[in-house]
Amino acid sequence: MKELKLMKGNEAIAEGAIRCGCDGYFGYPITPQSEILEHLMLENPYEKTGMVVLQAESEVASINMVYGGASVGKKVMTTSSSPGVSLMQEGLSYIAGAELPALCVNVVRGGPGLGTIQPSQADYFQSVKGGGHGDYRLITLAPASVQEMYDFVELGFDLAFKYRNPVMILSDGIIGQVMEKVEVGEHKPRWTDEYIAKTYPWAATGKPKTRGHNIITSLNLQSAEQEKLNIRLQAKYKECEVTEQRYETFQCEDAEYILIAYGSSARICQKVLELARAEGIKLGLIRPITLWPFPSKIIHEIGLKTKGILSVEMNAGQMVEDVKLAVECKVPVKHFGRFGGVIHTPGEILEALKNF
Amino acid sequence: MTREEIIKPENLVYKKTPVLTSNVMHYCPGCGHGLVHRIIAEVIEEMDIQDKTIGVAPVGCAVLAYNYFDVDCIEAAHGRAPAVGTGIKRLYPNHFVFTYQGDGDLAAIGTAETIHAANRGENMTMIFVNNGIYGMTGGQMAPTTLKGMKTSTSPYGRDLQTMGNPLKITELIAQLPGALYVTRQAVHTPALARKCKKAIRQAFENQKLNQGTSFVEIVSNCNSGWKLPAVKANEWLEENMLPFYPLGDLKNNK
Repeated sequence: MKELKLMKGNEAIAEGAIRCGCDGYFGYPITPQSEILEHLMLENPYEKTGMVVLQAESEVASINMVYGGASVGKKVMTTSSSPGVSLMQEGLSYIAGAELPALCVNVVRGGPGLGTIQPSQADYFQSVKGGGHGDYRLITLAPASVQEMYDFVELGFDLAFKYRNPVMILSDGIIGQVMEKVEVGEHKPRWTDEYIAKTYPWAATGKPKTRGHNIITSLNLQSAEQEKLNIRLQAKYKECEVTEQRYETFQCEDAEYILIAYGSSARICQKVLELARAEGIKLGLIRPITLWPFPSKIIHEIGLKTKGILSVEMNAGQMVEDVKLAVECKVPVKHFGRFGGVIHTPGEILEALKNF
Repeated sequence: MTREEIIKPENLVYKKTPVLTSNVMHYCPGCGHGLVHRIIAEVIEEMDIQDKTIGVAPVGCAVLAYNYFDVDCIEAAHGRAPAVGTGIKRLYPNHFVFTYQGDGDLAAIGTAETIHAANRGENMTMIFVNNGIYGMTGGQMAPTTLKGMKTSTSPYGRDLQTMGNPLKITELIAQLPGALYVTRQAVHTPALARKCKKAIRQAFENQKLNQGTSFVEIVSNCNSGWKLPAVKANEWLEENMLPFYPLGDLKNNK
């Protein structure tokens, strides 16, 4: 039977972690995502599932505790908001370089600097283009509902272990704070140590006599060896780009214009669709679910049949660059967005569309 | 005695512990790191915990420590070994976890992680090799560089007015309720190396008690960074390092 709960997006992340068999959460308080750590502490999953929850001394420590937990093959995660995620970039680069599975959640707020505590999508570049040093990618999932906050924790771990790569859930202050109905799943058991040692032979779980010692590192003193690692990473990213592009489309069949928006912007754009259709404007919406790999294929396919594309983002224009690349600039592409923590209204977006 | 007789097992007086790999160490001749590695590996062998030990290597001279310990190892970012160790130990509480760090790693860039791991009383063994200098990057001033000591970034000697004071982080750690065992050792004489081994053994044995962090500082030399021949470096250590960093247990709550 379906189990329904009313909860905040942040609580859904915590609940999703406990129920999908997460082994460890390491985090540091920051608005607007502190409810994740609070909810986990309140639920006390160590008593129920053995899941470790630890409040670290900083985001730097959190991501490195995650690095340690991921090195030993456990399902581990951290969460933060923009300034805290900036502090985690070194650790994320190491996790990508050492090819470890890990999950990070960014409940984005306005920047740069200390910025605001209001919702924003200004960390798109940081998550999708790199953030830390070196040629690496974060698989980036963009939830647009509290249900997806819940669902993407398990999906995130699945992708992280499938590709041995860090996964980012790029949320924002609206999705983190809003309360919605969520269908929650059964409690799944955590993996046993025996299962991990058998299934993930790379994990540093303690060296039995039957194998050599496992080393988790991102260091190669020989550049030729480091190039080999990079070639392997790029091949993995290529595979990911081919198989993992996720998206949702709305009324694109007859659309003359298309909005492209993710996360809470996509929710606002659904209202814009209603308003536009009521005025006889044939408007469609593509909602990227994975921001990396970017759903270029579908945007190219649908986009080329339209007169123009408006990329609606709560930032100064970041995803718009990927939209232009997806349609190879064969269709006019413009950006509309409010930023610094300001949320755009459906009316403003419709106005921008009319002035396209 | 012929060679054949000498190499018979019953005539052997010394054998390399199997917990060290056969990889040639990159450390400078005369450096203390090799000895500290051997002592840790011997302790792991004698406790028969090779299959349950996970090591965390630093950034610094010991960055490649994972090539020498025949146990599962993780290479941490600069200064973050105590956080990485925390993640591992919390998820494998019955394993033996040790971190291995130098002075720049543990007492400068990683000070927060060091203090907080010990303050939480993480049930692991922290090994801290203090030679008062950044060895790997070529002999720059470290947090533990002594007053007046010349390094490539304090070429006229460490001036306390402008460069700050040498940090006795081990004394700081000893103040923390989470720290169970805090000791300062050395390995530049056979007698001191034997004492150091006893301390490291206790620091590993303590993990069975689950009562807090065990922290072992080893005051060591850096003959390359100090620009002294190995024997002279050890004399300099005795005359300069040990008066400021005196040997012995700072805390033993076991």
